[in-house]
Amino acid sequence: MSDATSNLGGKELVPCLECFGRQPPAQSARYNGTDGTPVQALRAPRPTEPGTIARGIRRIILEQSKRAGVGHIGSALSIADLVAVLYGGILQANGRDDPERDRFILAKGHAALALYAALALRGWIPDEMLDTYCGDGSLLGVHPEPALPGIDFATGSLGHGLSIGAGAALAARLTDSPRRVYVLMSDAECNEGSVWEAVMFGAHHKLANLIAIVDLNGQQALGYTRDVLSLAPMAQRWHAFGWDVHEVDGHNREDLDRTLAGLSPSGAPHVLIARTVFGHGVSFMENQIKWHYSPMSDAEFEIAMAEVGELE
Amino acid sequence: MRIALAKTLAEIADRDPRVMLITADLGYMALEAFSEKHPRRFFNVGVAEQNMVGLATGLAEAGFIPFLYSIVTFASMRAYEFLRNGPVLQHLPVRLVGVGGGFEYGSAGPTHFGLEDIAIMRAQPGLRVIAPADHEQTRTAVLKTWNLPGPIYYRLGKDDRSTIPGLKGRFDMDRVVTVREGKDLLFVTTGSVTQEVVAAAERLAPQGVSAAVVVVSTLNPPPVAALLETLAPFARVLTVEAHYLTGGLGSMVAEIIADHGLRCRTVRIGVDAQPNALSGSQGYHHRLHGLDREGIAAAAMNQLART
Repeated sequence: MSDATSNLGGKELVPCLECFGRQPPAQSARYNGTDGTPVQALRAPRPTEPGTIARGIRRIILEQSKRAGVGHIGSALSIADLVAVLYGGILQANGRDDPERDRFILAKGHAALALYAALALRGWIPDEMLDTYCGDGSLLGVHPEPALPGIDFATGSLGHGLSIGAGAALAARLTDSPRRVYVLMSDAECNEGSVWEAVMFGAHHKLANLIAIVDLNGQQALGYTRDVLSLAPMAQRWHAFGWDVHEVDGHNREDLDRTLAGLSPSGAPHVLIARTVFGHGVSFMENQIKWHYSPMSDAEFEIAMAEVGELE
Repeated sequence: MRIALAKTLAEIADRDPRVMLITADLGYMALEAFSEKHPRRFFNVGVAEQNMVGLATGLAEAGFIPFLYSIVTFASMRAYEFLRNGPVLQHLPVRLVGVGGGFEYGSAGPTHFGLEDIAIMRAQPGLRVIAPADHEQTRTAVLKTWNLPGPIYYRLGKDDRSTIPGLKGRFDMDRVVTVREGKDLLFVTTGSVTQEVVAAAERLAPQGVSAAVVVVSTLNPPPVAALLETLAPFARVLTVEAHYLTGGLGSMVAEIIADHGLRCRTVRIGVDAQPNALSGSQGYHHRLHGLDREGIAAAAMNQLART
């Protein structure tokens, strides 16, 4: 991987803490803006239609990966539609600091750029902050960091997110809160035994406010999941563990929205097994492991942006 | 100390709805004081320590104060990375309780010995490490720390009956407790093995050796100022711990002595090699590793003879 700071495309790196006009938080302190941290004026109008958000997310993924000269592009593109549907209306939150907000945990933390894009499009972080992605002193690393407004938990270590989500869902139940917890996982993450500990807990306690979404793109770090460690049949495995299973097309936003909105508030926890295409939206990236790692050349970037299209 | 923990937590939970007790399927005849009084805030998550720590991370972010219970080895090591990337990284008030430090599960064999937990836990910045020496001190330690910000690791013993002479349940985060005065040498110790150290000091008296004993119950952050004050008058110091010599109490004391240029001749007593494959009582393992009262007294006499 190239040095992230050496390929800034001529743009000046903005230390993101300065975006908020304040000093770095004390070590481990939560940086959630509750002290009146100003968010810069938002670019209006903010997109609210999932299709537009999805295109916006893809454009930001490509722009920022290109600017920073980093990879994980295919993983981020894979979840662009899922994140767009969640941030386009499913996640209930009266502002990013609302204690009653639905929680979102990006268990596959390496796709954080898709989430940063959604946070910016929603107006929870300033657009300028995106330009610090992978820069020195940035809160926008390859994996999400809870000091960043809008991020609830540090993820990136695969197999961790679902157990956190189960705890967050249990907390909501114990306080009679209607809030829900969404955990977006990778398929290969299900190689981790800890995932199944949390799966069993969620089913045993009937945590119907816990919604797992498995990004079933079939790709993992060193090959296809079917060759590395077979996960098939994924849906049957979750079903056998007692979850309410929905097999969906992870790029069909209308279907995703309808499925998520229709989940029962009682009974078993829910899982969407979302069939996705690694690198979706950029033809030469689709199902190509190279795009787990590689940054784009100038020519590749031009083609990719043209395929994704303008933001209207 | 387990029953002391459960009783004390039950009292705290009476007045604070945030306190929960979660176990990974351990604590029979120990946790009932809590589970029977607060069944809605007691969870047995099954044999699943990683999930237990992950759950606690989600609960603590939402405002709860979960206490997590298991045997030292499972509590400290199976879910170590979940602890690091959750409560430690996010400074959340999760309390991880490991029971059975050292050789307390001696007859259970080496998989159940707790010999490196202090080392790995005190390596984490912001993670308080607390190791009470008896059940009275456990109660005070829990009462004084349960609602502190940030995560805590408690290393408990199994003994809920005996007490350390002179300790009288005293505990403060920044302090150490001198349970026996002396002038020829200083024993610095932690946890249940303090019982043996006090007995060793008593054995030395008829031989004309006046040995002081100080109990260190907070190992992270180290009580530096209190230890400097306690160490300063002594030319000879022996640290005693039911723990590997690497990274535990002795290492911590040696770091403080080195950092501050004290002139203490220091000997660390602890487990210096992997235990043999044999099982046996705690007393048996203490004798093997020189952690029984006779062994500790002999080490003190050796040190005195060298100078």
